[in-house]
Amino acid sequence: MDFTPFILSFKLAGLTAFILFIISLPLAWYLSQTKSRIKPFLEALTALPIVLPPSVLGFYILWALSYNSPIGAFFENVLGVKLVFSFTGLVIASCFYSLPFMVQPLQSGFESINKNMLEASYIAGKSKLQTIFFVALPNMKPALITAIIVTFAHTVGEFGVVLMVGGSIEGETKVASVAIYEMVEMMDYSMAHLYSAIMIGISFVVLLSVYIFNAKQNRKFGL
Amino acid sequence: MIDFKIEKKLHGTQGVMNLNIDLQIKEGEFVALSGKSGSGKTTLLRILAGLEKADATIKVGKKIWQDTKINLAVQKREIGFVFQDYALFENMSVEKNLLFVNNDKDLAKHLLKMTDLYELKSRYPNTLSGGQKQRVSICRALMKRPKILLLDEPLSALDTSMRTKLQNEIISLHKEFKTTTIMVSHDPSEIYKMASRVIVLEDAKIINDGLCKDVLLKTQGSQKFSFEGELLELKKVDVIYIAIVAIGQQLVEVVVSQNEIKGLEIGQKVRLSTKAFNPIIST
Repeated sequence: MDFTPFILSFKLAGLTAFILFIISLPLAWYLSQTKSRIKPFLEALTALPIVLPPSVLGFYILWALSYNSPIGAFFENVLGVKLVFSFTGLVIASCFYSLPFMVQPLQSGFESINKNMLEASYIAGKSKLQTIFFVALPNMKPALITAIIVTFAHTVGEFGVVLMVGGSIEGETKVASVAIYEMVEMMDYSMAHLYSAIMIGISFVVLLSVYIFNAKQNRKFGL
Repeated sequence: MIDFKIEKKLHGTQGVMNLNIDLQIKEGEFVALSGKSGSGKTTLLRILAGLEKADATIKVGKKIWQDTKINLAVQKREIGFVFQDYALFENMSVEKNLLFVNNDKDLAKHLLKMTDLYELKSRYPNTLSGGQKQRVSICRALMKRPKILLLDEPLSALDTSMRTKLQNEIISLHKEFKTTTIMVSHDPSEIYKMASRVIVLEDAKIINDGLCKDVLLKTQGSQKFSFEGELLELKKVDVIYIAIVAIGQQLVEVVVSQNEIKGLEIGQKVRLSTKAFNPIIST
Protein backbone atom coordinates (compact mmCIF):
# COMPACT_ATOMS: atom_id res chain seq x y z
CA MET A 1 0.00 0.00 0.00
CA ASP A 2 1.19 3.50 -0.93
CA PHE A 3 1.15 6.02 1.86
CA THR A 4 2.34 8.95 -0.27
CA PRO A 5 -1.14 10.50 -0.70
CA PHE A 6 -1.63 10.53 3.10
CA ILE A 7 1.79 12.01 3.72
CA LEU A 8 1.05 14.62 1.07
CA SER A 9 -2.33 15.42 2.66
CA PHE A 10 -0.81 15.90 6.11
CA LYS A 11 2.10 17.92 4.77
CA LEU A 12 -0.34 20.19 2.95
CA ALA A 13 -2.61 20.49 6.00
CA GLY A 14 0.31 21.17 8.37
CA LEU A 15 1.78 23.89 6.18
CA THR A 16 -1.62 25.46 5.58
CA ALA A 17 -2.44 25.51 9.29
CA PHE A 18 0.96 27.06 10.08
CA ILE A 19 0.72 29.81 7.44
CA LEU A 20 -2.92 30.54 8.23
CA PHE A 21 -2.18 30.84 11.94
CA ILE A 22 0.36 33.57 11.25
CA ILE A 23 -1.96 35.40 8.83
CA SER A 24 -5.12 34.98 10.91
CA LEU A 25 -3.72 36.06 14.27
CA PRO A 26 -3.52 39.78 13.42
CA LEU A 27 -6.71 39.61 11.32
CA ALA A 28 -8.75 37.91 14.06
CA TRP A 29 -7.36 40.30 16.69
CA TYR A 30 -8.28 43.30 14.55
CA LEU A 31 -11.79 41.97 13.94
CA SER A 32 -12.30 41.28 17.65
CA GLN A 33 -11.20 44.74 18.77
CA THR A 34 -12.42 47.07 16.04
CA LYS A 35 -15.64 49.03 15.97
CA SER A 36 -14.94 50.17 12.43
CA ARG A 37 -17.62 50.16 9.77
CA ILE A 38 -15.60 47.95 7.48
CA LYS A 39 -15.73 45.10 10.02
CA PRO A 40 -18.85 43.41 8.54
CA PHE A 41 -17.31 43.60 5.06
CA LEU A 42 -14.12 41.95 6.24
CA GLU A 43 -16.11 39.32 8.16
CA ALA A 44 -18.25 38.53 5.12
CA LEU A 45 -15.16 38.31 2.95
CA THR A 46 -13.39 35.89 5.31
CA ALA A 47 -16.52 33.73 5.58
CA LEU A 48 -16.98 33.47 1.80
CA PRO A 49 -15.05 30.17 1.37
CA ILE A 50 -17.60 28.46 3.65
CA VAL A 51 -20.53 29.17 1.34
CA LEU A 52 -18.89 29.20 -2.09
CA PRO A 53 -18.86 25.95 -4.06
CA PRO A 54 -15.27 24.66 -4.20
CA SER A 55 -15.53 24.83 -7.97
CA VAL A 56 -16.03 28.61 -7.89
CA LEU A 57 -13.15 29.09 -5.50
CA GLY A 58 -11.04 26.62 -7.45
CA PHE A 59 -11.81 28.31 -10.75
CA TYR A 60 -10.74 31.76 -9.55
CA ILE A 61 -7.65 30.47 -7.82
CA LEU A 62 -6.73 28.47 -10.89
CA TRP A 63 -7.13 31.57 -13.03
CA ALA A 64 -5.21 33.78 -10.58
CA LEU A 65 -2.30 31.37 -10.32
CA SER A 66 -2.12 30.63 -14.02
CA TYR A 67 0.06 32.33 -16.60
CA ASN A 68 -2.99 34.35 -17.76
CA SER A 69 -3.11 36.48 -14.61
CA PRO A 70 -0.52 39.05 -13.49
CA ILE A 71 0.13 37.09 -10.29
CA GLY A 72 0.79 33.80 -12.01
CA ALA A 73 2.85 35.52 -14.73
CA PHE A 74 4.95 37.29 -12.10
CA PHE A 75 5.71 34.06 -10.26
CA GLU A 76 6.57 32.22 -13.44
CA ASN A 77 8.61 34.91 -15.19
CA VAL A 78 10.39 36.54 -12.25
CA LEU A 79 10.66 33.79 -9.65
CA GLY A 80 10.55 30.86 -12.01
CA VAL A 81 7.86 29.10 -10.00
CA LYS A 82 4.93 27.46 -11.73
CA LEU A 83 1.94 27.67 -9.38
CA VAL A 84 -0.77 25.65 -11.11
CA PHE A 85 -0.58 21.89 -10.78
CA SER A 86 2.17 22.18 -8.18
CA PHE A 87 2.37 21.66 -4.41
CA THR A 88 3.05 25.40 -3.85
CA GLY A 89 -0.14 26.23 -5.72
CA LEU A 90 -2.04 23.75 -3.55
CA VAL A 91 -0.78 25.42 -0.37
CA ILE A 92 -1.92 28.84 -1.63
CA ALA A 93 -5.33 27.48 -2.63
CA SER A 94 -5.75 25.71 0.73
CA CYS A 95 -4.95 28.94 2.57
CA PHE A 96 -7.91 30.63 0.88
CA TYR A 97 -10.15 27.63 1.28
CA SER A 98 -9.49 27.15 5.03
CA LEU A 99 -9.14 30.81 6.08
CA PRO A 100 -12.53 31.08 7.87
CA PHE A 101 -11.82 27.95 9.90
CA MET A 102 -8.79 29.66 11.43
CA VAL A 103 -10.09 33.23 11.69
CA GLN A 104 -13.51 32.57 13.18
CA PRO A 105 -12.54 30.51 16.26
CA LEU A 106 -9.64 32.86 16.96
CA GLN A 107 -11.88 35.89 16.66
CA SER A 108 -14.54 34.51 18.99
CA GLY A 109 -11.76 33.45 21.37
CA PHE A 110 -10.40 37.00 21.49
CA GLU A 111 -13.92 38.36 21.87
CA SER A 112 -14.61 36.07 24.82
CA ILE A 113 -11.73 37.52 26.81
CA ASN A 114 -12.71 40.03 29.47
CA LYS A 115 -11.83 43.47 28.06
CA ASN A 116 -10.75 44.60 31.51
CA MET A 117 -8.15 41.82 31.58
CA LEU A 118 -6.61 43.16 28.38
CA GLU A 119 -6.77 46.71 29.72
CA ALA A 120 -5.13 45.59 32.96
CA SER A 121 -2.27 44.31 30.84
CA TYR A 122 -1.94 47.63 28.98
CA ILE A 123 -2.00 49.46 32.31
CA ALA A 124 0.75 47.14 33.48
CA GLY A 125 2.80 48.65 30.66
CA LYS A 126 2.55 45.72 28.26
CA SER A 127 2.31 46.27 24.51
CA LYS A 128 -0.46 44.84 22.35
CA LEU A 129 1.84 42.06 21.13
CA GLN A 130 2.84 41.09 24.69
CA THR A 131 -0.82 41.22 25.72
CA ILE A 132 -1.83 38.90 22.87
CA PHE A 133 0.86 36.32 23.62
CA PHE A 134 0.97 36.41 27.43
CA VAL A 135 -2.61 37.27 28.37
CA ALA A 136 -5.05 36.70 25.49
CA LEU A 137 -3.86 33.45 23.90
CA PRO A 138 -3.17 31.55 27.15
CA ASN A 139 -6.71 32.37 28.30
CA MET A 140 -8.37 31.02 25.17
CA LYS A 141 -6.66 27.68 24.72
CA PRO A 142 -9.83 25.85 23.61
CA ALA A 143 -10.39 28.41 20.82
CA LEU A 144 -6.73 28.23 19.89
CA ILE A 145 -6.69 24.44 19.68
CA THR A 146 -10.01 24.38 17.84
CA ALA A 147 -8.74 26.87 15.26
CA ILE A 148 -5.53 24.98 14.53
CA ILE A 149 -6.96 21.46 14.54
CA VAL A 150 -10.12 22.25 12.60
CA THR A 151 -8.08 24.11 9.98
CA PHE A 152 -5.77 21.13 9.73
CA ALA A 153 -8.64 18.65 9.52
CA HIS A 154 -10.58 20.76 7.05
CA THR A 155 -7.57 20.95 4.75
CA VAL A 156 -7.08 17.19 4.92
CA GLY A 157 -10.74 16.82 3.93
CA GLU A 158 -10.59 19.25 1.00
CA PHE A 159 -11.30 17.85 -2.44
CA GLY A 160 -12.83 20.11 -5.07
CA VAL A 161 -10.36 22.97 -4.89
CA VAL A 162 -7.42 20.57 -4.72
CA LEU A 163 -8.60 18.71 -7.78
CA MET A 164 -9.08 21.89 -9.80
CA VAL A 165 -5.87 23.66 -8.79
CA GLY A 166 -3.56 20.70 -8.30
CA GLY A 167 -4.85 18.05 -10.60
CA SER A 168 -3.61 14.62 -9.66
CA ILE A 169 0.12 14.45 -10.05
CA GLU A 170 1.65 11.47 -8.30
CA GLY A 171 3.79 12.54 -5.32
CA GLU A 172 3.15 16.23 -6.00
CA THR A 173 -0.56 17.04 -5.82
CA LYS A 174 -2.28 13.69 -5.47
CA VAL A 175 -3.50 13.94 -1.90
CA ALA A 176 -5.56 11.26 -0.15
CA SER A 177 -8.99 12.61 -1.10
CA VAL A 178 -8.02 12.82 -4.77
CA ALA A 179 -6.44 9.36 -4.65
CA ILE A 180 -9.68 7.87 -3.30
CA TYR A 181 -11.68 9.59 -6.04
CA GLU A 182 -9.40 8.06 -8.66
CA MET A 183 -9.64 4.59 -7.15
CA VAL A 184 -13.42 4.78 -7.28
CA GLU A 185 -13.28 5.96 -10.87
CA MET A 186 -11.05 3.01 -11.74
CA MET A 187 -13.40 0.74 -9.75
CA ASP A 188 -10.61 -0.29 -7.39
CA TYR A 189 -13.14 -0.55 -4.56
CA SER A 190 -11.02 -2.53 -2.13
CA MET A 191 -8.28 0.12 -2.07
CA ALA A 192 -10.92 2.89 -1.92
CA HIS A 193 -12.42 1.15 1.12
CA LEU A 194 -9.06 0.92 2.83
CA TYR A 195 -8.08 4.55 2.16
CA SER A 196 -11.51 5.82 3.19
CA ALA A 197 -11.50 3.82 6.40
CA ILE A 198 -8.08 5.25 7.28
CA MET A 199 -9.39 8.78 6.62
CA ILE A 200 -12.42 8.23 8.86
CA GLY A 201 -10.25 6.77 11.62
CA ILE A 202 -7.72 9.60 11.60
CA SER A 203 -10.36 12.33 11.36
CA PHE A 204 -12.35 10.89 14.24
CA VAL A 205 -9.30 10.61 16.50
CA VAL A 206 -8.29 14.20 15.73
CA LEU A 207 -11.75 15.62 16.45
CA LEU A 208 -12.16 13.47 19.55
CA SER A 209 -8.91 14.74 21.00
CA VAL A 210 -10.00 18.36 20.40
CA TYR A 211 -13.27 17.81 22.24
CA ILE A 212 -11.58 15.97 25.11
CA PHE A 213 -9.02 18.74 25.45
CA ASN A 214 -11.70 21.45 25.44
CA ALA A 215 -13.80 19.62 28.02
CA LYS A 216 -10.74 19.36 30.28
CA GLN A 217 -9.94 23.05 29.85
CA ASN A 218 -13.50 24.06 30.66
CA ARG A 219 -13.46 21.94 33.79
CA LYS A 220 -10.15 23.53 34.82
CA PHE A 221 -11.60 27.03 34.50
CA GLY A 222 -14.79 26.01 36.25
CA LEU A 223 -17.11 26.55 33.31
CA MET B 1 -0.15 68.12 42.57
CA ILE B 2 -2.33 66.48 39.98
CA ASP B 3 -4.14 68.84 37.71
CA PHE B 4 -6.70 67.91 35.13
CA LYS B 5 -9.28 69.47 32.88
CA ILE B 6 -11.46 67.15 30.90
CA GLU B 7 -14.11 67.72 28.27
CA LYS B 8 -15.94 64.95 26.51
CA LYS B 9 -19.35 64.29 25.04
CA LEU B 10 -20.97 61.37 26.78
CA HIS B 11 -23.86 59.37 25.49
CA GLY B 12 -25.73 58.63 28.67
CA THR B 13 -29.18 57.30 29.35
CA GLN B 14 -30.63 60.82 29.20
CA GLY B 15 -29.10 61.71 25.86
CA VAL B 16 -25.86 63.55 25.29
CA MET B 17 -24.12 65.03 28.30
CA ASN B 18 -21.00 67.12 28.38
CA LEU B 19 -18.43 65.80 30.78
CA ASN B 20 -16.78 68.91 32.11
CA ILE B 21 -14.32 68.44 34.91
CA ASP B 22 -11.66 70.73 36.31
CA LEU B 23 -9.91 69.29 39.33
CA GLN B 24 -6.78 69.61 41.40
CA ILE B 25 -5.73 66.82 43.70
CA LYS B 26 -2.92 67.03 46.20
CA GLU B 27 -0.22 64.43 46.16
CA GLY B 28 -1.02 61.61 48.55
CA GLU B 29 -4.66 62.60 48.88
CA PHE B 30 -7.41 59.96 49.09
CA VAL B 31 -10.35 61.22 47.07
CA ALA B 32 -13.71 59.52 46.78
CA LEU B 33 -15.79 59.95 43.65
CA SER B 34 -19.49 59.58 44.22
CA GLY B 35 -22.69 60.09 42.29
CA LYS B 36 -25.48 58.20 40.58
CA SER B 37 -24.63 55.56 38.03
CA GLY B 38 -24.24 57.04 34.60
CA SER B 39 -22.91 60.32 35.98
CA GLY B 40 -19.51 59.81 34.39
CA LYS B 41 -17.40 58.50 37.29
CA THR B 42 -15.98 55.48 35.51
CA THR B 43 -15.41 57.47 32.31
CA LEU B 44 -13.42 60.01 34.31
CA LEU B 45 -11.15 57.27 35.67
CA ARG B 46 -10.75 55.73 32.21
CA ILE B 47 -9.77 59.08 30.70
CA LEU B 48 -7.17 59.59 33.44
CA ALA B 49 -5.80 56.13 32.70
CA GLY B 50 -5.67 56.84 28.98
CA LEU B 51 -8.15 54.07 28.18
CA GLU B 52 -10.63 56.49 26.69
CA LYS B 53 -10.15 59.45 24.38
CA ALA B 54 -11.14 62.95 25.43
CA ASP B 55 -10.06 66.54 25.11
CA ALA B 56 -8.06 66.75 28.26
CA THR B 57 -5.13 68.37 29.96
CA ILE B 58 -3.62 66.10 32.56
CA LYS B 59 -0.57 67.13 34.53
CA VAL B 60 0.88 64.91 37.20
CA GLY B 61 3.53 66.69 39.22
CA LYS B 62 5.71 68.35 36.64
CA LYS B 63 4.99 65.79 33.97
CA ILE B 64 2.36 66.34 31.31
CA TRP B 65 0.39 63.18 30.53
CA GLN B 66 -1.97 64.75 28.08
CA ASP B 67 -2.58 68.08 26.41
CA THR B 68 -3.17 69.31 22.89
CA LYS B 69 0.20 67.99 21.69
CA ILE B 70 1.14 65.18 24.03
CA ASN B 71 -0.93 62.09 24.70
CA LEU B 72 0.90 59.46 26.71
CA ALA B 73 -0.18 55.93 25.91
CA VAL B 74 -1.86 53.97 28.69
CA GLN B 75 1.33 51.90 29.00
CA LYS B 76 3.39 55.02 29.75
CA ARG B 77 1.11 56.54 32.39
CA GLU B 78 2.12 55.57 35.87
CA ILE B 79 -1.21 54.37 37.14
CA GLY B 80 -2.66 51.46 39.01
CA PHE B 81 -6.22 50.49 38.20
CA VAL B 82 -8.51 48.23 40.19
CA PHE B 83 -11.57 47.00 38.32
CA GLN B 84 -14.86 46.12 39.96
CA ASP B 85 -14.67 42.64 38.41
CA TYR B 86 -10.99 42.17 39.46
CA ALA B 87 -9.79 41.42 35.88
CA LEU B 88 -6.99 39.16 37.12
CA PHE B 89 -4.89 37.27 34.59
CA GLU B 90 -6.62 33.90 34.86
CA ASN B 91 -3.69 32.00 33.36
CA MET B 92 -1.24 33.16 36.02
CA SER B 93 -0.86 32.33 39.68
CA VAL B 94 -1.41 35.03 42.30
CA GLU B 95 2.31 35.75 42.49
CA LYS B 96 2.72 35.73 38.69
CA ASN B 97 -0.13 38.24 38.40
CA LEU B 98 1.97 40.63 40.45
CA LEU B 99 5.31 39.82 38.85
CA PHE B 100 3.89 40.19 35.33
CA VAL B 101 3.42 43.89 36.10
CA ASN B 102 6.84 44.37 37.62
CA ASN B 103 9.36 41.65 38.29
CA ASP B 104 10.12 42.86 41.83
CA LYS B 105 9.93 39.75 44.01
CA ASP B 106 10.52 41.61 47.28
CA LEU B 107 7.73 44.08 46.66
CA ALA B 108 5.38 41.27 45.63
CA LYS B 109 6.18 39.35 48.80
CA HIS B 110 5.71 42.45 50.94
CA LEU B 111 2.33 43.27 49.39
CA LEU B 112 1.10 39.68 49.64
CA LYS B 113 2.20 39.49 53.30
CA MET B 114 0.42 42.76 54.09
CA THR B 115 -2.84 41.48 52.65
CA ASP B 116 -2.61 37.93 54.10
CA LEU B 117 -2.25 36.43 50.65
CA TYR B 118 1.27 35.07 50.85
CA GLU B 119 0.07 31.55 51.63
CA LEU B 120 -2.05 31.64 48.47
CA LYS B 121 0.68 32.86 46.14
CA SER B 122 0.74 29.75 43.95
CA ARG B 123 -3.03 29.51 43.63
CA TYR B 124 -4.85 30.46 40.46
CA PRO B 125 -7.50 33.20 40.40
CA ASN B 126 -10.44 30.87 39.74
CA THR B 127 -9.79 29.10 43.05
CA LEU B 128 -10.02 32.32 45.09
CA SER B 129 -13.01 34.02 46.71
CA GLY B 130 -14.17 37.45 45.57
CA GLY B 131 -12.49 39.20 48.47
CA GLN B 132 -9.21 37.39 47.85
CA LYS B 133 -9.34 38.21 44.15
CA GLN B 134 -9.88 41.89 44.84
CA ARG B 135 -6.93 41.92 47.27
CA VAL B 136 -4.73 40.39 44.56
CA SER B 137 -6.00 43.01 42.14
CA ILE B 138 -5.15 45.84 44.57
CA CYS B 139 -1.66 44.41 45.16
CA ARG B 140 -1.18 44.07 41.41
CA ALA B 141 -2.15 47.71 40.89
CA LEU B 142 0.53 48.79 43.39
CA MET B 143 3.34 46.73 41.85
CA LYS B 144 4.42 49.54 39.51
CA ARG B 145 4.46 52.00 42.44
CA PRO B 146 2.00 54.15 40.49
CA LYS B 147 1.65 57.91 40.79
CA ILE B 148 -2.12 57.55 40.91
CA LEU B 149 -4.19 54.60 42.07
CA LEU B 150 -7.65 54.42 40.50
CA LEU B 151 -10.23 52.21 42.18
CA ASP B 152 -13.48 51.67 40.28
CA GLU B 153 -16.06 50.53 42.83
CA PRO B 154 -13.56 48.02 44.14
CA LEU B 155 -15.66 46.69 47.01
CA SER B 156 -19.20 46.85 45.68
CA ALA B 157 -19.33 43.15 44.75
CA LEU B 158 -18.31 42.00 48.24
CA ASP B 159 -20.31 41.29 51.38
CA THR B 160 -20.28 43.63 54.36
CA SER B 161 -17.68 41.89 56.52
CA MET B 162 -15.30 41.44 53.59
CA ARG B 163 -15.77 45.09 52.69
CA THR B 164 -14.78 46.21 56.17
CA LYS B 165 -11.67 44.04 56.05
CA LEU B 166 -10.63 45.34 52.64
CA GLN B 167 -11.38 48.94 53.59
CA ASN B 168 -8.91 48.59 56.44
CA GLU B 169 -6.35 46.96 54.16
CA ILE B 170 -6.65 49.70 51.55
CA ILE B 171 -6.25 52.30 54.28
CA SER B 172 -3.07 50.70 55.57
CA LEU B 173 -1.70 50.31 52.04
CA HIS B 174 -2.46 53.97 51.42
CA LYS B 175 -0.66 54.92 54.65
CA GLU B 176 2.41 52.98 53.62
CA PHE B 177 2.65 53.80 49.90
CA LYS B 178 1.11 57.29 50.10
CA THR B 179 -0.22 56.83 46.57
CA THR B 180 -2.62 59.49 45.43
CA THR B 181 -5.88 57.57 45.22
CA ILE B 182 -9.20 58.16 43.51
CA MET B 183 -11.91 55.70 44.46
CA VAL B 184 -15.39 55.44 43.01
CA SER B 185 -17.85 54.48 45.73
CA HIS B 186 -21.54 54.78 46.51
CA ASP B 187 -21.32 53.92 50.15
CA PRO B 188 -21.21 57.02 52.42
CA SER B 189 -19.81 55.09 55.38
CA GLU B 190 -17.05 53.68 53.19
CA ILE B 191 -16.23 57.11 51.83
CA TYR B 192 -16.24 58.68 55.29
CA LYS B 193 -13.96 56.00 56.65
CA MET B 194 -11.42 55.97 53.82
CA ALA B 195 -11.33 59.29 52.01
CA SER B 196 -10.38 62.75 53.15
CA ARG B 197 -12.22 64.47 50.34
CA VAL B 198 -15.31 63.61 48.38
CA ILE B 199 -16.36 64.77 44.93
CA VAL B 200 -19.95 64.26 43.85
CA LEU B 201 -20.77 64.06 40.16
CA GLU B 202 -24.17 64.53 38.63
CA ASP B 203 -24.87 64.53 34.89
CA ALA B 204 -21.14 64.61 34.22
CA LYS B 205 -20.53 67.74 36.31
CA ILE B 206 -19.11 68.26 39.77
CA ILE B 207 -21.94 69.34 42.04
CA ASN B 208 -20.15 69.01 45.36
CA ASP B 209 -16.53 68.89 46.40
CA GLY B 210 -15.27 69.08 49.93
CA LEU B 211 -14.33 67.37 53.14
CA CYS B 212 -16.27 64.20 53.84
CA LYS B 213 -17.87 65.57 56.98
CA ASP B 214 -19.13 68.67 55.18
CA VAL B 215 -20.53 66.82 52.20
CA LEU B 216 -21.80 63.62 53.74
CA LEU B 217 -23.10 64.44 57.19
CA LYS B 218 -26.72 65.40 56.80
CA THR B 219 -27.41 66.23 60.43
CA GLN B 220 -26.65 69.89 60.18
CA GLY B 221 -29.61 71.93 61.34
CA SER B 222 -31.74 71.08 64.30
CA GLN B 223 -32.06 67.32 63.79
CA LYS B 224 -29.61 65.31 65.79
CA PHE B 225 -30.43 61.93 64.42
CA SER B 226 -31.51 61.50 60.87
CA PHE B 227 -31.68 58.71 58.33
CA GLU B 228 -32.81 58.46 54.78
CA GLY B 229 -34.71 55.41 53.73
CA GLU B 230 -37.35 53.97 51.47
CA LEU B 231 -40.93 53.59 52.60
CA LEU B 232 -41.90 49.97 52.05
CA GLU B 233 -45.32 49.57 53.68
CA LEU B 234 -48.01 51.41 55.64
CA LYS B 235 -50.14 49.31 58.01
CA LYS B 236 -53.15 50.34 60.00
CA VAL B 237 -53.14 48.91 63.51
CA ASP B 238 -56.21 49.92 65.56
CA VAL B 239 -56.08 53.70 65.59
CA ILE B 240 -52.48 54.20 64.62
CA TYR B 241 -50.47 53.51 61.52
CA ILE B 242 -47.14 51.73 61.27
CA ALA B 243 -44.67 52.55 58.52
CA ILE B 244 -42.01 50.06 57.51
CA VAL B 245 -38.91 51.84 56.29
CA ALA B 246 -35.75 50.34 54.82
CA ILE B 247 -32.62 52.19 55.88
CA GLY B 248 -29.67 50.61 54.16
CA GLN B 249 -29.95 46.89 54.91
CA GLN B 250 -32.04 47.48 58.03
CA LEU B 251 -35.83 47.46 58.27
CA VAL B 252 -37.47 49.61 60.95
CA GLU B 253 -41.03 50.13 62.14
CA VAL B 254 -42.18 53.64 62.95
CA VAL B 255 -45.48 54.77 64.41
CA VAL B 256 -47.19 57.47 62.37
CA SER B 257 -50.39 59.34 62.99
CA GLN B 258 -53.29 59.72 60.63
CA ASN B 259 -52.18 63.28 59.83
CA GLU B 260 -48.66 62.28 59.00
CA ILE B 261 -49.77 59.56 56.64
CA LYS B 262 -51.11 62.12 54.16
CA GLY B 263 -48.71 62.63 51.33
CA LEU B 264 -46.78 59.45 52.03
CA GLU B 265 -46.47 57.01 49.18
CA ILE B 266 -45.04 53.52 49.11
CA GLY B 267 -41.61 53.52 47.50
CA GLN B 268 -40.95 57.13 48.44
CA LYS B 269 -37.65 58.35 49.86
CA VAL B 270 -38.31 59.45 53.44
CA ARG B 271 -36.24 60.85 56.25
CA LEU B 272 -36.51 59.57 59.80
CA SER B 273 -35.27 61.95 62.41
CA THR B 274 -35.58 62.63 66.11
CA LYS B 275 -34.83 65.69 68.12
CA ALA B 276 -35.83 65.29 71.67
CA PHE B 277 -33.85 62.41 73.12
CA ASN B 278 -30.29 61.22 73.23
CA PRO B 279 -29.70 58.03 71.26
CA ILE B 280 -28.03 55.22 73.11
CA ILE B 281 -25.31 53.30 71.34
CA SER B 282 -24.98 49.72 72.42
CA THR B 283 -23.17 46.76 70.93
